[in-house]
Amino acid sequence: MSWFIGIMALATIALVAGLILGFAAIRFRVESDPIVEQIDNLLPQTQCGQCGYPGCRPYAEAIANGDELNKCPPGGQATIDHLADLLGREAKPLDEAHGEEAQKTVAVIRENECIGCTKCIQACPVDAILGAAKQMHTVIADECTGCDLCVEPCPVDCIDMVPVATKPERWKWQLDQIPVNVIDASKSTSAESASKAS
Amino acid sequence: MAINISANSKLWSFPGGIHPPERKAPANLKNIQRFPLPPAVFIPLRQHVGEPGELCVAQGDYVQKGQPLTIPGVDNGLPIHASTSGTITGILEHPLNHPSGLTGPTICIQPDGKDAWYPRQPIADIDTISQREVLQHLQAMGIAGLGGAGFPTARKVAGARNIDMLIINGVECEPYIVSDDRLMREHADEILAGSLLLQKLTSAKQLVIAIEDNKPEAAAAFMQAISDLQTDTNSANPVVKVVPTRYPSGGEKQLIQVLTGKQVPVRGLPADIGILMQNVATAFAVSRAINHGEPLLERVVTITGEALQQPGTAWALLGTPIEYLLQQSGFKAEEIKAENKQRVIMGGPMMGFTVTNLQIPVIKTTNCILAPSQQELAPAQAEMACIRCGACEIACPASLLPQQLQWLAKAKDYDGLKQHHLGDCIECGICAYVCPSQIPLVQYYRQAKAEIREQAIEHQKSEIARQRFEARQARLEREKEERLAKHEKAAEARKAAQEARKNAAAAGDEQDPVKAALARVKAKKALQESEGGTAKTEQKDAVAAAVARAKAKKAEREASEAPANDKKDAVAAAVARAKAKKAEREASEAPANDKKDAVAAAVARAKAKKAEREQLAKLEAEHKNDIENTQDATNHKGDDNS
Repeated sequence: MSWFIGIMALATIALVAGLILGFAAIRFRVESDPIVEQIDNLLPQTQCGQCGYPGCRPYAEAIANGDELNKCPPGGQATIDHLADLLGREAKPLDEAHGEEAQKTVAVIRENECIGCTKCIQACPVDAILGAAKQMHTVIADECTGCDLCVEPCPVDCIDMVPVATKPERWKWQLDQIPVNVIDASKSTSAESASKAS
Repeated sequence: MAINISANSKLWSFPGGIHPPERKAPANLKNIQRFPLPPAVFIPLRQHVGEPGELCVAQGDYVQKGQPLTIPGVDNGLPIHASTSGTITGILEHPLNHPSGLTGPTICIQPDGKDAWYPRQPIADIDTISQREVLQHLQAMGIAGLGGAGFPTARKVAGARNIDMLIINGVECEPYIVSDDRLMREHADEILAGSLLLQKLTSAKQLVIAIEDNKPEAAAAFMQAISDLQTDTNSANPVVKVVPTRYPSGGEKQLIQVLTGKQVPVRGLPADIGILMQNVATAFAVSRAINHGEPLLERVVTITGEALQQPGTAWALLGTPIEYLLQQSGFKAEEIKAENKQRVIMGGPMMGFTVTNLQIPVIKTTNCILAPSQQELAPAQAEMACIRCGACEIACPASLLPQQLQWLAKAKDYDGLKQHHLGDCIECGICAYVCPSQIPLVQYYRQAKAEIREQAIEHQKSEIARQRFEARQARLEREKEERLAKHEKAAEARKAAQEARKNAAAAGDEQDPVKAALARVKAKKALQESEGGTAKTEQKDAVAAAVARAKAKKAEREASEAPANDKKDAVAAAVARAKAKKAEREASEAPANDKKDAVAAAVARAKAKKAEREQLAKLEAEHKNDIENTQDATNHKGDDNS
């Protein structure tokens, strides 16, 4: 008889605990950030497709399904490290097959050569090119991610990728990179420098 | 709890701090000078944080002293003004007054020597107009904080509410700099007037003027000015507080701690604890702007250092190239030639930066130009390893852990830096000053701060890119679905038509062909209607009606014209019209030709590209063939060998 009481007691406890847990699972559910979202947040969103996927989100999904982390050249090593941190995987160096970490660029259309074919507009993943058929196109520089995807489709090769110029407000205090840190007073005259400036 | 400060109330202290050699002596002995007008002034469009305003002058314009050159943009920034009268010789890229040595858009004015004023509009009585209007006036006058970062004063005052105490900062703790000292000695009354105006604007209960104890003359000048004031004995008189000399007691947070014993909360503003602080030079500028209607056009600059023959202070027009100021102060050119290299520092020795070009202009925040000799201020030595002595930690006025921050900055651990409150670093440079290993600690922090800021900007940009990408994907998806739906509808309509035809055929082969044709027409109509035909037919009707109307109008006109017209005249007019048209066409042909040429060139390029691509493809194919052939050949060889 005692074995029966024991089983009954355990079963009752299991049932009660199960009910409590089940209730808690529904009542106190925490809407957690799905892993794909978190990965997508770390990717640079250039939508360049250098990883072999059509955009950053598809690559994020692929990473969540076990693809390599080191296929994103625009993100560079920093992104790889962050992804490795997030997913608890090993941080490998960037896969050269997908490209190299390069300087940030922005697309510029040589507007007098544009024939208005709209091919670049169709190629742009972030709708950063403005124009219409047989009308001149132009790039909205602030929205351009520098993904390169518009260069290839252009039939007249009028799109250049130009390095982004450093502005004082975004300068990074690389004092060692300023060429001359000391003024050569014997040379500097106002006339000379003024003419240089203009 | 309201804080109350009297002339002999207790002073507190802040952690850390140092006593570097002050070296204020040669420059603070002479009155503020006024040099002749410089040969050219360079006024950068962007002088403070935020976007530059909209340019409202053009090259070749004549501008008067105090005339606005820009209109503030959307972010409510400050306008810039012509600091003297003259002609705008250019709007060009000129080196900026910035440690990076980068260039930026700058207005270059050639002074005409007259210094003719633009009409000034002083405010006679600020009690008669609202606070908002006064602040707008201050904004239009381009008044910015002259002590540190050049933050627009009107915005600072507007953002501060429930202010208990207004502190006028005349501490000027950095070595060498004496601009505020001289200004206080010579213009204490004007500064006091500006301070009282600011007190009125902020409705602060108390006005405190803080001066370091190494400037007794300035304090005495203020005491005199206050006793001269003595008009209103009811309200609390301004208090002059002399604080002990220690670097960086002039820092906003440090001075508040010294005076009140309170700390400004992390990521907070002094206004959060009921305090507003303004520099003495700002108070002076406020007085000039309100009482005299003068925009901020000039400021006192200390020009000092052993490489100068006449160190001192001077009223420098904003935009004066610093080389001109150095020349006027007797830059010992011969000695420099012997040494050949001369460092010029913008700002003081602790927080300043070495300039890369002597043409950079004086801006609102330029308080000192320092040309030290080699013995006076040794150039930076090579960095050595950290010996963990902890000197930086003892001296840090913000109670941070400079050593730890340094390791984190070198390891680029930006999250760790944020955890260690890098944002609270005031970049006073004490850590680098006290470091026995000559580690430029503050440079590491500046780089790390810039990197953190850059990451934030990048993250924001990538967020926008993601939204745009997703919006585009959604649009493409929608368009695809719409297309599919349209095709489906069309297919259904076709099917219906086919069935109708079949039915008609089934109904009887002998039936007359007229009926079959009618059925076809009906089916077609149904198809059209299913494609959104009703609108189309309506449109067609409308078009037909319009055409009919146009025809009727034409006929009417012709009918009315015919009798009046002499046939000969009409012919002559037509000939003239034709000639004019031809002439016009010929005239317009030239540019058209250019365009044609450009298009032809583009087409040629396109063709060339295509040809190139084809050739490439061909080459590749050939290459493949070759490989295959050789492979075949080797295979054959292998066969032969076997």
